[in-house]
Amino acid sequence: MQYMLLIHSDDSGFFAMKPAEQQQAMGAYMAFTEALRKAGALVGSNRLMPSTDSTIVRVANGKSQVLDGPFTDTKEQLGGYYLIEAPDLDAAIAWAARCPGAGHGAVEVRPIRTN
Amino acid sequence: MAQDHDTRARETAGAVARRSYGKLVALLAVRTRDVAGAEDALSEAFASALADWPMKGCPANPEAWLLTVARRKMIDVARRRKSGEKAAAELRLLADACEANEFHEAPFPDQRLALIFACAHPAIERAIHAPLILQVVLGLDAATIASAFLMSPAAMSQRLVRAKLKIRRAGIPFRIPRPDELPGRLDAVLDAIYAAFAEGWSDPAATDVVRRELPDEAIFLCRVIDDLLPDEPEVLGLLALMLHAEARRAARRSADGDYVPLAEQDPTMWDANMIEEAESLLLRASARNAIGRYQIEGALQSAHVHRRRTGQANWAAVVELYDALFEISRSPVVAINRALALAQVRGAGPALEVLDAAAADPRLTEYQPYWAARAELLAKVGASADARHAYDIAIGLERDVAVRRFLQQRQAALPTGPADS
Repeated sequence: MQYMLLIHSDDSGFFAMKPAEQQQAMGAYMAFTEALRKAGALVGSNRLMPSTDSTIVRVANGKSQVLDGPFTDTKEQLGGYYLIEAPDLDAAIAWAARCPGAGHGAVEVRPIRTN
Repeated sequence: MAQDHDTRARETAGAVARRSYGKLVALLAVRTRDVAGAEDALSEAFASALADWPMKGCPANPEAWLLTVARRKMIDVARRRKSGEKAAAELRLLADACEANEFHEAPFPDQRLALIFACAHPAIERAIHAPLILQVVLGLDAATIASAFLMSPAAMSQRLVRAKLKIRRAGIPFRIPRPDELPGRLDAVLDAIYAAFAEGWSDPAATDVVRRELPDEAIFLCRVIDDLLPDEPEVLGLLALMLHAEARRAARRSADGDYVPLAEQDPTMWDANMIEEAESLLLRASARNAIGRYQIEGALQSAHVHRRRTGQANWAAVVELYDALFEISRSPVVAINRALALAQVRGAGPALEVLDAAAADPRLTEYQPYWAARAELLAKVGASADARHAYDIAIGLERDVAVRRFLQQRQAALPTGPADS
């Protein structure tokens, strides 16, 4: 099965870090990505720009409405994702627990729809 | 003659349903994780059996017969519903399963345990763990489960359906957790087993065929877990608790079917073997030095038995055990029982004060034992009118006829007089 690991976190925490700490945080993500790749579990991954750079678009009655984002007004925002291959939910949960995002935020595990 | 065959077929099917329902669901669902599909296929297989067996006679191995028929139904459904690669994959899984004929080869009871742990997976809403196990493993219908868990049948069905969908769609595995995962997962399983036991316990006259099997099933499941996870103190505690309660089953009703409270039961009617086993289980559990809810409840049962057998009052110890239990559970139900025990040590007056404090919990307004306890204590302090009122509410809330009759007799025995207004 494929699962999306959605990383929700407060990105202001990252920007408040000293450069050396940021480097270390990035290193943890790179190591996690490498572990997924080595295990043959990595399908895709991306880090998103901060939620303050987000734009919301809606179309109603044929007119598009464009607003400053993000979509939800919460402290923790979607900051990135991993798309992984895992035999079952427990295996996906085990990867999510190793993801650095589970330490500084929360990782949501969502199965990918296949039909 | 035809009727004989009909009866035999129905009896065999009924016996298989009681004996093997959960095992069959587990075997049917283990590869595809489609619990709802497995249940549907199994109920269709039972329908086929009732049409087929009266004419051709009951098969030598009815479980294997049902398993084969249900598998074919699942294959039909997969063919009809899906196309392409996904259907092919699912059909391959089902075909593999057909060849394996696991009913005798599979390391039973592990399949059923794996199903239980899937139902109690942390990714599934906690409140639905026990109902899900009762339905999927023991085959109880949603209406019976709903009444046991004080929920509307419609809401219960909906939540059960949602949970089964999640098992399949989210890919929750059917497996026994590793030792390091076990502590949190085991609590949910034990709670579910105890809920099953309590549901059977509510039908002591054993008039309901499904419920009659529940205490035995619950004790059986608990033994299975004890085999797989030896010396887990809470497993031992729960098993002891259930054995203690089950040992008194026959004594709970008089020859006329009247309810007999513990204080008036005849200890010679208790099952001495079960009590002895329960006591040795509690001893084994205490050696592990990790106290928990079920061990304390088991110890409480043990204290009650000891008092009735020896005639020596041990209420102070009972109150202490309830204190410990309340510390862990914070349950208003525990608070009620604690108040009743306290009445034996310090009198009904102080016990009523304790009960009043517990009454702040709104869940108690519709809880029969609360009103029965209140009535009992009010009667003891001589507040007959208030006691009569409390009995009224308790009687109105009770669904067991025998208990209702018992409460009515208590109410009728209240003194009446001019002072009572």
